[in-house]
Amino acid sequence: MNASVPIKHTQAESDLFDRFESAREALAGSVAVSALREAAVDQLRDRGLPHRRVEEYKYSDLRAFMKAAALLATAADLSRVQAILEDQDLFGGLERYRIVIANGSYLPTLSDVDALATEGVTVTNLNDALSGEHGAQLLAPPKSGQNDGVVALNTAFVQGGVIVDVAEGAAVSKPVELVQVAASSGAQATRIKVRAGAGASLHLLETFIGDTAEGEVNSVFDYDIADKAHLAATRLIVGNCDSARLLTTIATIGAEAEFRSLGFMAGPKFARNQQFINFVGENSEAKIYGVTMVGRDDLADQTLIVDHAVPHCNSREFFKTVLDGRAKGVYQGRINVAQHAQKSDGEMMTQALLLSEEAEMANKPELEIFADDVICAHGATSGQIDEDLLFYLRARGIPEAEAKTLLVLAFLSEAIEEYGEDDVTEGLEARVRDWLASH
Amino acid sequence: MLEIKNLHARIAEDETEILRGVNLTVNPGEVHAIMGPNGSGKSTLSYVLAGKDDYEITEGEVLFNGENMLDMDPDERAAAGMFLAFQYPIEIPGVATMEFLKTAMNAQRKARGEDALSIPDFMKRVKAAANHLNVSMDMLKRPLNVGFSGGEKKRAEILQMSLLEPKLCVLDETDSGLDIDALRIVSQGVNTLRSPERAMVVITHYQRLLDHIVPDVVHVLSKGRIVKTGDKDLALELEKNGYADYVDAAA
Ligand SMILES: Nc1ncnc2c1ncn2[C@@H]1O[C@H](COP(=O)(O)OP(=O)(O)OP(=O)(O)O)[C@@H](O)[C@H]1O
Ligand SMILES: [Mg+2]
Repeated sequence: MNASVPIKHTQAESDLFDRFESAREALAGSVAVSALREAAVDQLRDRGLPHRRVEEYKYSDLRAFMKAAALLATAADLSRVQAILEDQDLFGGLERYRIVIANGSYLPTLSDVDALATEGVTVTNLNDALSGEHGAQLLAPPKSGQNDGVVALNTAFVQGGVIVDVAEGAAVSKPVELVQVAASSGAQATRIKVRAGAGASLHLLETFIGDTAEGEVNSVFDYDIADKAHLAATRLIVGNCDSARLLTTIATIGAEAEFRSLGFMAGPKFARNQQFINFVGENSEAKIYGVTMVGRDDLADQTLIVDHAVPHCNSREFFKTVLDGRAKGVYQGRINVAQHAQKSDGEMMTQALLLSEEAEMANKPELEIFADDVICAHGATSGQIDEDLLFYLRARGIPEAEAKTLLVLAFLSEAIEEYGEDDVTEGLEARVRDWLASH
Repeated sequence: MLEIKNLHARIAEDETEILRGVNLTVNPGEVHAIMGPNGSGKSTLSYVLAGKDDYEITEGEVLFNGENMLDMDPDERAAAGMFLAFQYPIEIPGVATMEFLKTAMNAQRKARGEDALSIPDFMKRVKAAANHLNVSMDMLKRPLNVGFSGGEKKRAEILQMSLLEPKLCVLDETDSGLDIDALRIVSQGVNTLRSPERAMVVITHYQRLLDHIVPDVVHVLSKGRIVKTGDKDLALELEKNGYADYVDAAA
């Protein structure tokens, strides 16, 4: 393709260029970081927002979806943030530490910095690091998605975030909730770096709450999981909102390490949870789960690429999608096994439950295998609620809506249970019920 | 309690007529047995009573305590006191048995305007019923009916029945698949539920069950019609001579 032919920009793209002009002075970073931001905006100028003719966005045309782009959210009002934190607790009652980001910026005063320090967890303001000598390294793109449009959008506008360092061998005793609060309207772009030291273990809860009226949310989570470390990341993208929710995971997994993640989506008009997972050390395991509920004429996209670049690693991908209305669900999962990555084991499954005739699921599980001694499998199913099961429940006096709720929960809980972070199960099931009651 | 008048039902999908004019009146306190050859429509009758929508009623009516039962949803029928012990209880992976029992009991209570059970009260009832029917609490920790043996499933049905305390119990071949001891335990469970306010319709192929649960009336269903009605001795006669006499009569 000839890149020099200028494309005609959409309203949203023009808005984004204006946004960049008005924000560029205020955006943090060294000279090298600024150059990366400029390059990202140039990419956007050349290619536009990701659209359906880009293979990875075939089913999720962000360019067509975004009619306009709001300015970046300005500094949040602290008391408003506190009120939202109290009102919208997605894991009510769960003992945990909190790291708070509001309107794109880290708020140390509302975060459990001292308590985390005693557990061996250090939290650093991303913006300080972006201005430092190694700032540009923090914005490195995913290996298997060098030119990803959503990541580029993040790089251009990243307002803030945190770096979470877990000391070698530290086993953090409670989950850490990294909560991002929208305290007013406006777009938010954040970047989170998590470095789990050798032998460390951490369960991260990644939540998004607040006023979700206007402006896309774009957050990139970049995990470095050192040898023998264990990281679990439970991500919740819930609540009705009309703007795009764009989430990216970059995971780099060392030797004998374990990475588990669950991406839970229910509510937004347009949501994409994309994950780029790389094994760089042997004898490690990645278990990636997805629970998606999508209704109305909304779109929810779970996309992932798992790179088995080294031998002797296992990956399990298990995704569940419930669709209603005229919604569209997308699952694109690819397992790459490099030629020398012998004894790789990959098992990918995606299952959809369609509650309406008009809903649509695009299931695209793929294997790309260049090694000969591997065990890899993938499968995809789509089905409706089993009428016989529904009748059995109703014959016992359970009204239809409640019987459906039980069956939907049963369908989804297979993934939630296999994920196995028991302390969030109750909270996740409550979110399933929320969605069923309100969508 | 239950009045079935000239009931005709066919399979909604292909319009095959299965029930071809069933008449049956069951009074409170009575136990009726329905016997009949394979494929004669016994399970179909039980499904139609429970409200399965695979069937289309083309003629006739069903009154349950004077109310038109055919207008009610399956869950409304259950809340009104109808219970069907399924011939083939269904496995529901992912639905915990205890959660299911609690939801069902409280849904029925709610429909009747009663308060939900407290957790301790609920647990007490389940433990008592399970103990009575020799159902282990371990089994109840599993997903509903999943991996239960044939006999365990039947016992679980009767457990549900005891907990839901229905007014009309329809038991579709609850005895098949039960070993000798289980048959006695289940029959005892059913007999405990016998009361002047409660009626039972027991579908079975075997006279043996009726030694345990002694019926007031025995019917023979053949080709979608009740072709013979008698007392408990009718079952003994069928055991000896088979259905030959009645099947021809229905043709
Ligand atoms: N949903 C259905 N679809 C197709 N055929 C059906 C359906 N339900 C019932 N039938 C047919 O209707 C007839 C009566 O079936 P039913 O299960 O009521 O018999 P039954 O008397 O209970 O037999 P059994 O003693 O073997 O349990 C059978 O021929 C059966 O195949
Ligand atoms: Mg039958």
